[in-house]
Amino acid sequence: MPFQLPAEVPLSWYLILSAILFVTGAAGFLIRRNIITVFMCIELMLNAVNLTFISFSNALGKVDGHIFSFFVMVVAAAEAAVGLAIILTVFKNRATLEIDEVSSLKL
Amino acid sequence: MPASFMPSAQELMRFAPEMLLTLAGTLIMLLEPFTESGNKSRLAWLALGALLAALGLTAVSAADPGPAFSNMLLIDEFGTFFRFLVLAVGVLTILISTHYLRSGGHESGEFYALLLFSIVGQCIMATANELIMLFIGLEVSSIASYVLAGYLRDDKRNNESALKYFLLGSFATAFLLYGIAWTYGITGTTDLSLIRSALLNPASRPNEVLTAAASAFLFVGLAFKVSAAPFQMWTPDVYQGAPAPVTAFFSAGPKAAAFAMFLRIVLTGFEPLKKEWEPLLWVSALATMIIGNFAALRQTNVKRLLAYSSISHAGYVLVALTTHSGPGAAAAMFYLAAYCFMNVGAFAIITHVARRDERYVEIADLAGLGTRQPLMAGLLTVFLLSLTGIPLTAGFFGKFYIFKVALDQGFIWLAILGLLNSALAAYYYLRVIVVMYMEPAPEGEGELPAPAAGVLAAAVGSAIATFFLGLFPSSLLDFADKARRIFN
Amino acid sequence: MLETLFFYAFAALALLGAILTVTLRNAVHCAISLIASLAGVAGLFLLQRAEFLFAVQIVLYIGGIMVLFLFVIMLVNLDAAARERQYHRQWIAGALSVVGTGLIFAYFLTRGAESLKLNEPVPAGPRNSEAVQMLADSLFREYLVPFEVASLLLLIAIVGSVVMAKKRI
Repeated sequence: MPFQLPAEVPLSWYLILSAILFVTGAAGFLIRRNIITVFMCIELMLNAVNLTFISFSNALGKVDGHIFSFFVMVVAAAEAAVGLAIILTVFKNRATLEIDEVSSLKL
Repeated sequence: MPASFMPSAQELMRFAPEMLLTLAGTLIMLLEPFTESGNKSRLAWLALGALLAALGLTAVSAADPGPAFSNMLLIDEFGTFFRFLVLAVGVLTILISTHYLRSGGHESGEFYALLLFSIVGQCIMATANELIMLFIGLEVSSIASYVLAGYLRDDKRNNESALKYFLLGSFATAFLLYGIAWTYGITGTTDLSLIRSALLNPASRPNEVLTAAASAFLFVGLAFKVSAAPFQMWTPDVYQGAPAPVTAFFSAGPKAAAFAMFLRIVLTGFEPLKKEWEPLLWVSALATMIIGNFAALRQTNVKRLLAYSSISHAGYVLVALTTHSGPGAAAAMFYLAAYCFMNVGAFAIITHVARRDERYVEIADLAGLGTRQPLMAGLLTVFLLSLTGIPLTAGFFGKFYIFKVALDQGFIWLAILGLLNSALAAYYYLRVIVVMYMEPAPEGEGELPAPAAGVLAAAVGSAIATFFLGLFPSSLLDFADKARRIFN
Repeated sequence: MLETLFFYAFAALALLGAILTVTLRNAVHCAISLIASLAGVAGLFLLQRAEFLFAVQIVLYIGGIMVLFLFVIMLVNLDAAARERQYHRQWIAGALSVVGTGLIFAYFLTRGAESLKLNEPVPAGPRNSEAVQMLADSLFREYLVPFEVASLLLLIAIVGSVVMAKKRI
């Protein structure tokens, strides 16, 4: 019997995909050393959250989820502006963006 | 759904404190370029006035409780309590920070504007009854806080504090949001009251595994924000690196608001899942107390010591939360109020002793304070004794109510371990007092200037609040008790 | 059928982009992979009838946020960083915890997959033009306050970046 593609993509596929994206982002956050890359991993996680919102919203037949992911994007934009400004000041004062080296405070 | 786009006057009145603070913050930003650099404290007075007016408006709006803006906000006694608390913390923070900023030549309107905006976020966190509203309030509070942490941007310690706060805060936000997304998926709503009814309804009771996953993600996000174990590791670095008045603010305002959010989520929306949440909270409460207290024992930097102590205090509040009961919520609220005043008071004195550029923040630098400045030493002693939980102070009744509730609700082991922990905590608080009174002042350090009026006012005000809550605890407890009825 | 094929294509783009973001050495390459991943997710939005979000994702995320990232990467000199060690000293601990999280999650999903029953029956989705209209209606009625507070958030972002970038404070 040949492999049959489903006519409609089930909700769980979207959810599993978003879970994988989220975990990939979390992994990157924990293992990368470059601060900008670490920040990009957070964006990846937020993006996975948006996918989850939209998928549920579509399955529930409501528009609320669209609004939530819209707010998540606004917040992500605000976070990016402030975060990148902070990263730039760190770079100006230390000339490095390796996260291990930003540790003058005691651990 | 309201028929028109225009909100009613009643709704606007319920949201008035936040609107006033936003306007005041914007006004400060507009006036900033027209204020000469010597006159920036006028902006501080404006911010102070706005906060006091917002306190008044909070009292007015408390007279007419109810939902606002399609149930996004719920103005009830619980929200009013936390609104009062974060506004009071804001007043104290401004009093502490003016002199600190002026002496370093850093005073500017942005600081006060960001502080007001952050407080707007915290007020929203206290009154929001919907997860998205909570999330936006949290972000308003957090993003303003990230900037405040790195406010002296040429100081490496400030940079590092801001960076760590920002990265770990955003990481936590992502977890919280993922939890919200799953909650939305399994219940079809983000309104906390509707989540509760969806979880209670046996016909539509969602899959247990999925609710557990949603709860776990929410817990991770919330635990980060209140710095509960095992997600407390950012706290010491952020608190140590940020400017001292900002640390005072962080340790009280955002924390109280985060607990308000935590309490509301756990006790309303997720109340049907209390059996599932209980072990999670139990372990986290115990671990938070132990990690906070044991790490504090080894500290030599006062700011770091107080950072670990604030972690352990979060642990005590979590003990109250673990009981999942109305009295537990009242005990947590009382404790948070007591904690805010004593902690901000202690940081006010630290700000004074640290002097310009925060060169003197080691415990050893406090040596001889008892003879050099008896008033300051006396006030710090009051705050430290209250943090220890000595009778006659607010801290004593705070701990007493929490452990009493824990015993009443059958959490005997948690209460015993918590009591042992607070006995351990006495060691490091008393060590600081001993250094202040028993050790001679270090040589050649220069004269410690007289405290600035603002710092003195903040410290004396906090001390009065600490004693008042210690002598007449029922005044506040009655209010907290009324507020917690929304949870039953 | 066609929808499924598109799903595979977009999902592959999103996943591949994500993995490259986490593993590539050069920060510019990471940013470009992230853009690919975001574009893949934008495609998935379109498949699920979220046209408005699809547009916002492209304009705001890819056009705004990611360009900001690229600017910052160009501003700071990362050539030295690209030659250095890319992963943390604690990368084993990090990787282990993530594998743990992933396993727990996979367990949840496989266990929960059959009974992933949503509360309400799914009505027929609104037609495209109506969907955006419903979105706007909902945004400016029920979600009016979050919308207004979001503008405060953007104001804070502006003030915050100025504080961080100003010559002297």
